[in-house]
Parts: sequence; C-alpha cells; structure tokens
Amino acid sequence: MSSEIIQVLKEDGTVSPLFKKETDLTEQDLKKIYETMILTRVYEERSLKLQRSGRIGFYIGCKGQEASHIGSAYALKMDDWVFPAYREPGVLFLRGIALKTMICQMMGNAGDPTMGRQMPCHYSYKEGNNGSVSSPLATQIPHAVGIAYAAKYMKHKIVSLTYFGEGSTSEGDFHTGLNFAAVFKSPVVFICQNNQWAISVPVARQTVSESIAIKAKAYGMPGIKVDGNDVLAMYQVTKDAVERARNGDGPTLIESFTYRLGSHSSSDDAARYRPEGELESWEQKDPIIRFEKYLLSENILTPESIKKIKDDAEEEFTQAVKEAEKVGLPPLETLFTGVYKDMPESLREQMEDLINEQKRLGASEDNSMAFPL
Amino acid sequence: MANLTLLQAINSALREEMRRDERVIVLGEDVGKNGGVFRATEGLFDEFGAERSVDTPLSESGIIGMSIGMAMYGLRPVPEIQFMDFIYPAFDQIVSEAAKMRYRSGGQYTVPMVIRTPYGGGIRGGHYHSQSAEAYFAHTPGLKVVIPSNPYDAKGLLISAIRDEDPVIFMEPKRLYRSLKGEVPETDYTVPIGKASITRAGKDISVFAYGAMIPICLEAAKKAEEHDIDVEVVDLRSLVPLDIKTIINSVKKTGRAVVVYEAPKTGGFGAEIAAIIAEKAIEYLEGPVLRVAGLDTPFPYTFEHIYMPDSRRVFEAIEKVINF
Ligand SMILES: Cc1ncc(C[n+]2csc(CCOP(=O)(O)OP(=O)(O)O)c2C)c(N)n1
Repeated sequence: MSSEIIQVLKEDGTVSPLFKKETDLTEQDLKKIYETMILTRVYEERSLKLQRSGRIGFYIGCKGQEASHIGSAYALKMDDWVFPAYREPGVLFLRGIALKTMICQMMGNAGDPTMGRQMPCHYSYKEGNNGSVSSPLATQIPHAVGIAYAAKYMKHKIVSLTYFGEGSTSEGDFHTGLNFAAVFKSPVVFICQNNQWAISVPVARQTVSESIAIKAKAYGMPGIKVDGNDVLAMYQVTKDAVERARNGDGPTLIESFTYRLGSHSSSDDAARYRPEGELESWEQKDPIIRFEKYLLSENILTPESIKKIKDDAEEEFTQAVKEAEKVGLPPLETLFTGVYKDMPESLREQMEDLINEQKRLGASEDNSMAFPL
Repeated sequence: MANLTLLQAINSALREEMRRDERVIVLGEDVGKNGGVFRATEGLFDEFGAERSVDTPLSESGIIGMSIGMAMYGLRPVPEIQFMDFIYPAFDQIVSEAAKMRYRSGGQYTVPMVIRTPYGGGIRGGHYHSQSAEAYFAHTPGLKVVIPSNPYDAKGLLISAIRDEDPVIFMEPKRLYRSLKGEVPETDYTVPIGKASITRAGKDISVFAYGAMIPICLEAAKKAEEHDIDVEVVDLRSLVPLDIKTIINSVKKTGRAVVVYEAPKTGGFGAEIAAIIAEKAIEYLEGPVLRVAGLDTPFPYTFEHIYMPDSRRVFEAIEKVINF
C-alpha cells in the first residue's frame, strides 16, 4: 500500500525484533552510517559559517535529511550509480570523495575538479559514479534511466538511483523518467525526498494525491512511502528496491517522508513561510538523535565514542578548510577549456585575446554582488 | 513621484494593473504568499488574494501552457519564470504555441501574456542563475522581447506589455533590481514598446546596449569623455520590435558603432544590430562595428567578473573604433 508509511526505528530509538534478526547490517556498517551522518551535519553547520563569513558564496543544505539520503545510498554497491539533486553530500562521503575536494568546489578554486565553473554544492564525481549536479530541477531523472538502460544493454548488473524533491515531481521530466523506466523495465530506484517544502511552496501545492508514492501505480511500478528520518527503514526499503532492479524486475519509486530543518539555502529565510511550531515538531524527529538513541541502547556506541566521532568530524573539516584555502584560483585557460574536446578556432581566439587583455590591463575588477537566492 | 528601485517599480506596475483590470493575474513558483524569491510580487497576495496571485506547482511548461489557455479565454496572465535559466522546460510552449497562436489561427486566437523573468550575471549565480537568453526568443517571430534598464522604464514598459495584445518576454536585469533607484510616477503611465531611448547623447560614436549593460556603457562613456571622445549611448529597451530608425540615425550622426550585450558573443543579438547597420548605413561608417559580449562558454562561477563585459572592455572597443 503506497500510503502507509514504513518505519523500522521508532522515535524512542527502539527497533522491531524482526528487523534485528533479519538485517544484514553489521555493527561496522551501523557505525559507518552514523559517522557519515555526523560528518554531513558538521559539513553543513561549518559550511554555513564559511558562507556567512564570506569564504564561500553560497550553500544549500540537507539538515534533517541525512538519514534519508545516507541510509538509502548505503544500500548500493560502489559500482551502482547515483544521480543526485543537490541535497545529498553524504552520498559523496560514502563514495570516498576527499573533504578537501568538496570544499575546494565550494570555493571554486584550482582544487575543484570542475575548476570553479559551477556554484557551490554543484559537485561532479565520476570516480564515485555520482552524476553531475545541475540546478535545473528534475533533469537528472531521465539521465538515471538512460544509465540504467545502457548498463543493462552492456550486461552490467548495476542499478541507478536518483534523488529529487517533491517539488520536482511536478516537472515533466519526473513523469517522463518514471514512464520510460517502467516501459523499458530499467534497473532504476527513484527516491523522492519529500521534505514538505519547495522553497516557500508546501507539498499541498504540488499534488493532491494521497502521497507521492502512490503515483508509481499509474506508471506500473511499486511505490513505497518510508519514514525518511528513519535511517534503518531507508536502508531496508532501498535495499529491497535495488535487489528488485538488479534481478531484472524493474524500477521502484520510494517516497522518503522527511523535513528540511534548515532554510532552502543560505539566501533563504524559512521563517517567512513556515507555520509556527512546525520546525520545532520536526526537530523532535531529528534523524541523528533517533539513530544515536538506538546505537547507545545497543552499546554499539557510547557517549564517549559519540563525542569522539563528532570531534573528529569537526577537526577533519577544520583541516580540510586549511588545506583548501591554500589553493589558488584555477588557471584562466580553464574558462575556455572543456566547452568542447577540441577548442574551436574562434574560441581559441577569444581565449588569447582575453589572456592578453588581463596581462596588459591587469585582472578585471571583481564587482559581483552576493547571490540573492 | 517616488524614488523606487527597479524591483519596486515592477511591483508597482503589477499592483496598478491588477487594480485597474481584474483580468490581470500573476502566477508562478513562490510568487504568491512569499511574494516571489526576489519579492517582485510582494503584497499582491494580500491585496488580490490567492486566485490572482497564484502559487503554482513547480513546472515551467505548466505555468506557461496554462497562461496561454488563460490568455486565450480573455485573461491577462503575467507568469513569472523564477530565473530565465529555468525557462527551457517551457520553451516549447513559448516558441511553438504562444508565439504562433495568432498567426496559425488566422487571428481567431491570441495570447496576450507577459512572461516576466529575471536574467543576467554579476550576482555569483554560476551557470544556471546568470544567463541572458534573449537571442532564442528574439529569433522567434510572434514574440516581443522587452528589457528595461531603469526603474522608470521598467514600470512604463511593463504596463505597456500587460496591455499589449501579443505575448511579451519581459526580461528583468536582476543585477539592477536593488542597486539602482530612480524617480517613478505613482500613477499609471506607459513607455511605448519598440522605441529606443538615447540615454546619453554624443557625436563621436554610438554604443548600443540594453538592460544591465546600460550602466556599464555609461561608465565607459564617462571614461571616454576624459579622452575627449563624445559617446552616444542608445538603450534599445525592446529587441522585438526593434527601433531601427533610432539606431540608423545615431550611426549616421556618429559614423561609428559598438554593440554591448552579456550573452555569449556568437549568434547573440548584437550581431543583428551590426548586420542592420551594415545593411542600412554602411556608407556612414568610419570603422568596424565591434561587439563587446560574453564569451562563447557556459556562464562561469569563479571567473564571472572576467566573463562579463565591463566598462574597461567597452572603453577599449570605443578607442579601437575611434582609432581605426
Ligand atoms: C527547472 C527549475 N525551476 C525552478 C528552479 C528554482 N528552484 C530551485 S530549488 C526550487 C524548489 C525545489 O523544490 P524540491 O524539488 O521539492 O526540492 P527541495 O529543494 O525541497 O529539496 C526551485 C523552485 C530550478 N532550480 N529549476
């Protein structure tokens, strides 16, 4: 039933005996998931500080959605693919990206593999089979289907998973993507992170369906609604969907029912539109606190080991920023390279003119304004 | 008269047209309760209610497609596309439907709607919050393309656009939203669509531009003045229809021309201006028509200030043409 909500880890931190018996997650796994959630939270808190002090230009976060994306991504194998929206930095951590690389991306310096071409938080990470973040919403959804089709064609047993917000389910690409995947029986897992808000617009303005998950029915695939603040349920439901996909049984739509505890981005103020009390009630359901309760009650972690994990994450961030701030700007040529594999003559001419101009007259004055949204 | 920002001038135009004509409706993402992410529609929800200040689901093709239907039935929709960079999901609705409706139906159906959309760089917005996509739309017969550069024109042109019988792409220079103030009448007035304005009269060289490039050209003109070059700055204000007469008269007077736009140089609207000058006034030219434009690359983040035309670059082009 697509409107029932699946939960494994209750808000008091207890789990059903059945889950404990059947889960394949080891203590090591649980620790790893927890550490990644903490690193992701620290990454957000500290990045927002960097933004406020003007060291990066923008930040878009995922506070409250750590369980939703980290729990689900943990169900993948490393050669599976992920097509992120922009609220999934934890996936990159799971897939081994260096923290420094991410901070360099946000600073847009030469340590950014994409050479400062995109806004902060728009990462591309091929080594981790993690797609390229782009601002236009929902565009990644059909890409995930294409990757899945191609892999199936090449007889690679991989699965492709894509994330998007509930607002994005109103875009045509969402509907096209689901339909194509179902028609081609492609190994795709669609995860809608329903965080209740698309900037200032509540989910009730996106759909009057009883859930997002139920939309799957019309496309002919299973749709499952999960408590997105329950990291264990996110893992389990995604794992089942991934297995179905890998076994050739086609795509699944998962609705992760969660909440954006922060503002839309560093330039938004959610207090303008959130009803009173809503934030506070969701803060009670903070996915990290809930998972912590469980890990403590099972003696997998202790207050001391939790403190160490948090301190280590802070320290790792501090070090990475130090390193990242030593890196200079990308070479000016990178403004022109990478538009095409081979640079057209006309573009080469523009590049040479510009480099000469900057040498002759000095660097252009930087009078850009701060990003307004 | 009130001293307003460009953003407030837009807001004032919308408010007055909505008061005057109950067929006028604004719609789009975050435009209702929140008053738009830039606050262009602030207060309209409170004054006119949710039916006329509509928060839509998140779909640009839906917003424009629905606006087309509303216009065909007799309303005057003013849809907002939150950033021009996000207009592409609606491209089909705009170029295949809105633009061609009057022509293909033999005038039985028309689409009087204004698509408002913030455009342009200089705000650290990277690839997808900085584009100037005017050329795609100016290339589509059936659409008007209007771009104000100051608060007075913004209000007067927007009112004209709302009263126009054809679809108008109304591009708002977001870099100037709050950085520029000017005197704006509180009452309703119009600025005609299709008339350029001579922002600064001069006799040595004509600089043609629009939107956020106007202040940059004025800065360059000041610099040129120190070198005894008298620059005429022509604000096109509307690309379609284009005020060819004013362009040609200016070139006849000065004999020299530079065109400035922030979109990628190749295939940009500046090429059209250069071609028109070549067709209609080549015998008056004393030097080449130069373009100062964005680069033929996607809009960058770190190097945005180097990508964007600035007054230094415009001045260099002016000097080059003068010294030709
Ligand atoms: C095609 C497109 N239209 C509009 C925008 C502007 N915009 C950025 S995020 C956003 C809201 C997205 O909501 P949702 O899909 O629910 O994701 P969330 O941000 O809540 O994670 C909007 C309207 C955009 N980036 N792309």
